[in-house]
Amino acid sequence: MDGFLNATVLLSNFVLVPGLAYGAQLALGALGVTLVYRVLRFANLSHGDLMAFGAMLGVLSTWALQAAGVSIAPLPTALLALPLAILGTALMSLFIETAVYRHHRLRRSAPAIFMIVSVGVMFMLNGLVRVVIGPDDQRFADGARFIVRARDFEAMTGLSEGLSIRVSQGITFAVAMAAVAALFYFLNRSRAGKAMRAYADNEDLALLSGIDPDRVVRHTWIIAAALAAIAGTLYGLDKSFKPFTYFQLLLPVFAAAIVGGIGNPVGAIVGGFVVSFSEIGLTYAYKKFLTYLVPPAWAPEGLMQLIATDYKFAISFAILVIVLLIRPTGILPGRVL
Amino acid sequence: MSPRALLLFAAMAVLLLAVGQFQSWTVALTIFNLCLISAVMALGVNVQWGYAGLFNVGTMGFAAIGGLAAMLVSVPPVQAAWTAGGGGMILSALIIAATAAAVVAARRWLAPPLRGAATVALILIGFLAARHVFGPAADAIENVDAARFGFLGGLGMPIIFSWLVGGLFAAGAAWFIGKIALGLRTDYLAIATLGISEIIIAILRNEDWLTRGVKNVTGLNRPVPREVDLQQASWFLDLSARLGVDPVPFSSLFVKLCYAGLFATVLLLIVVLLERAYHSPWGRMMRALRDNPKAAAAMGKDVKWRQLQAFVLGSAIVGVAGAMLTTLDGQFTPGSYNPLRYTFLIWVMVILGGSGNNLGSVLGGFLIWFLWVQAEPAGRILMEIISSQVPKDFAFRVHFLEASAHLRLFLMGFILILALRFFPQGLLPEEQSRRRPRHVP
Repeated sequence: MDGFLNATVLLSNFVLVPGLAYGAQLALGALGVTLVYRVLRFANLSHGDLMAFGAMLGVLSTWALQAAGVSIAPLPTALLALPLAILGTALMSLFIETAVYRHHRLRRSAPAIFMIVSVGVMFMLNGLVRVVIGPDDQRFADGARFIVRARDFEAMTGLSEGLSIRVSQGITFAVAMAAVAALFYFLNRSRAGKAMRAYADNEDLALLSGIDPDRVVRHTWIIAAALAAIAGTLYGLDKSFKPFTYFQLLLPVFAAAIVGGIGNPVGAIVGGFVVSFSEIGLTYAYKKFLTYLVPPAWAPEGLMQLIATDYKFAISFAILVIVLLIRPTGILPGRVL
Repeated sequence: MSPRALLLFAAMAVLLLAVGQFQSWTVALTIFNLCLISAVMALGVNVQWGYAGLFNVGTMGFAAIGGLAAMLVSVPPVQAAWTAGGGGMILSALIIAATAAAVVAARRWLAPPLRGAATVALILIGFLAARHVFGPAADAIENVDAARFGFLGGLGMPIIFSWLVGGLFAAGAAWFIGKIALGLRTDYLAIATLGISEIIIAILRNEDWLTRGVKNVTGLNRPVPREVDLQQASWFLDLSARLGVDPVPFSSLFVKLCYAGLFATVLLLIVVLLERAYHSPWGRMMRALRDNPKAAAAMGKDVKWRQLQAFVLGSAIVGVAGAMLTTLDGQFTPGSYNPLRYTFLIWVMVILGGSGNNLGSVLGGFLIWFLWVQAEPAGRILMEIISSQVPKDFAFRVHFLEASAHLRLFLMGFILILALRFFPQGLLPEEQSRRRPRHVP
C-alpha cells in the first residue's frame, strides 16, 4: 500500500502539479491566440513575443515595487505588478493595432499577409524586449517559495516521497482560473462580449446591426494582451524570465489552440492541458515510479523515459499533426467563441 | 533586366564598394559572400511563397540539413566509432525500415477496426526494438575518444560535393514533410513547418553520434586554398609583388574572392534556371495555382502534387545555401541555428525584394543582409548620439550601449511592416501584376 501511495505522490509531484501549472500558462496563451484568430481571422505569430513583452513589464514593475519597499509577503510582489503589466501590454497592443494592423484590416488584406505583418511585429517586440531588459535570464520571484514542502509532507504522512507545491504553481493556477472565469463572463454576459461574438460569427450581419467594428477589434486586442501579460508573467514567475523562451512557447501555444479547435475558447483550455500533460508525461522518467509499484526483482534498469526532454517540441508538434490529420477541426468542434 | 532593377542593383554595389572604401575590403567581401548565400536562400523561399504561395516558415531546418550534409560529406570517417557502434546503427536503421514496411503492409491488407490497432502496435514494437539496439550503439560511438570524435564521421570527400548533397538531403526531407503537411491550410502549414524546423534542430543538437551535437565539428576541409599555403606559394608571391601589395592581407582577400566566385556561380546558375522555369508553362501553371487553386483544380491540375514540387524545389535550394554557409564557416555548429536569423530574416528578404520576382529576392537578400550586418555599428552610433548628453557612467547609458546590438531585430521588423504597408509588391514587383489580392480559403 505504501508503495502505491508513494508512487502516487511521486507522480503528482513531478507530473500532475507541474502539468497543471504549465497547462494553465499554455491555456492562457492559447486563449489569446484563439480570440485574435476568431475575431481578426489570422494566426498571430507575434503572440509569443507579446507574452515576453508583458512579462518584461511584470518584471520591471516588480523591481520598481521591490525598490519602493512594497511587499505582500508571503505572496510574490509580481502579483501586485500584474495589473501594471496588463495595462502596459494592452496599450502596446492598441498602439500596434492602430499603427500596423488597422491599415490591412481596412484594405481587407489576405490572412497570409496579416501573418507576415505579425512576423514584423514579432521582430519589433523581440528587439524591443531585448533592448530594454537584455537577452539574459532574470529572476523576480520573492516571498514564500512553497505552499507544501516535501519535508513537511513526509513528516506529516510518514511516506518516503514528499509532495511539494510551489507558491508560483498555486498562484498560476488560481490566477488562471480567475482570468478564465472573467473572460467567459465577459463573452457570455456582457454587451461588448456579445458584440464580439456576433462580429466573429458574421462580420457583415454584425455591421448591419450597428456594431462598431473598431470597438470590437479594440476589445479583442485588450483581452488578448491581458491574457498574454498574465500568461507571460506567470510563466516567468514559475520558471524564469528569458526573452527567447517566449518565442519558443509559440509552438506549444499554437498546438494547444489548434488541438482544442481554433476559435473555441473551451478548446484552447482543453488543448493547453492536453499539450502540457503530453509533454511532461512523455518526457518523465518512470523508473522510480515503477520501482514503487513492482516487486524489487522486476525493477526496471533504464530510466524508463519514453522520449528525451530535448525533444519536447516534437511532442507538441506530433499532437498537432495527429489531430490535424485525424480530426482537422480539433477536439471540440462546433460551437466557436 | 528592367531599368529599375539595374538602378537598384547599382545602388547596392555602391553600398558594398563604400564599405570597402571606408571600412575595409575584408569586411566588404565578408558581407558580399554572405549576401550571395542569403540571396540563394531567399530564392528558395521565393519558389515556395512567390511561385506557389506556400507559407513555409521552416527554412531554418532545411538550411541546417544542408549544413549537416556539408559536414557529413567532408569529414573523414572515424573507423573506431564504426567498429564500436556502426553495426548497431545499421541494425536499428534496418529495424526502422522493417517497421515502416510492416506498417505500410498492415495498412494495405487489414480492414479498418484492426488496421488502426495494428498500426499503433507495430509502431510501438518497432520503436522499442529500435531503441533497444540504438541506445547502446549510440553510447558506444559517443564514447570513442569523446574529446576529439565521439561520432561516426563522414565520407572524407571534398566539401564542394556537399552543395549538391545538401540540396538532395533537403529535398528528401521536404518530400517527406510535404507529404504530411501540405494539405493543411496556410496558417496551419506555417505552424507545422515552424515545428518541424525546431525538431530538426533538436535532432542535430542532441544526436551526438551523428553530429557531435553542441560540441560542434570544426576544421572542415575547404574548396579553396588556405591562406598559409598561399603565402608560401611562389606564384602567389609573384602575383602580389606584381600588384605591389603585402601578400599576408592579400592572401585573405584572395581566399574570400575565390569563395565569392564559387558562390556567385551557384547563384547565377540558380537564377537562370528559376527564370526559365518561371517563364515556362510550368511557371504559368504554378501562378495559376497560387492565385486560384480551386480554378486550377477545376482545370485538371493536381494541386497537391504541384505544390509538393515547389516545396521540394524551394527546400532543395535552401539546402544548397545551407551547405554553402557551413562551407564558408568551416565548421558545423548545430547550436547556432536560430529561427529569427535563418527563417524570418529570409522572409523579410523575399517580401522586401518582391515575392514572385527572382531578381527581387536576390536584391532583397543583398540589401537585408547588408542592413543586418551594418545595423549593429549604426545602432551603436545612434545610441552614442542619443546618450551623448548623459554622463559617461550613467547606468542607463551603459545599458543602452550594450543593448544596441539588438536594435537590428527592431529594424528588420520595421522594414517588413513598412514594406507591406507602402509597397506590398516589393522593391522589384512581379512582372505580371496581381490585380486581386491572393485568394486564400
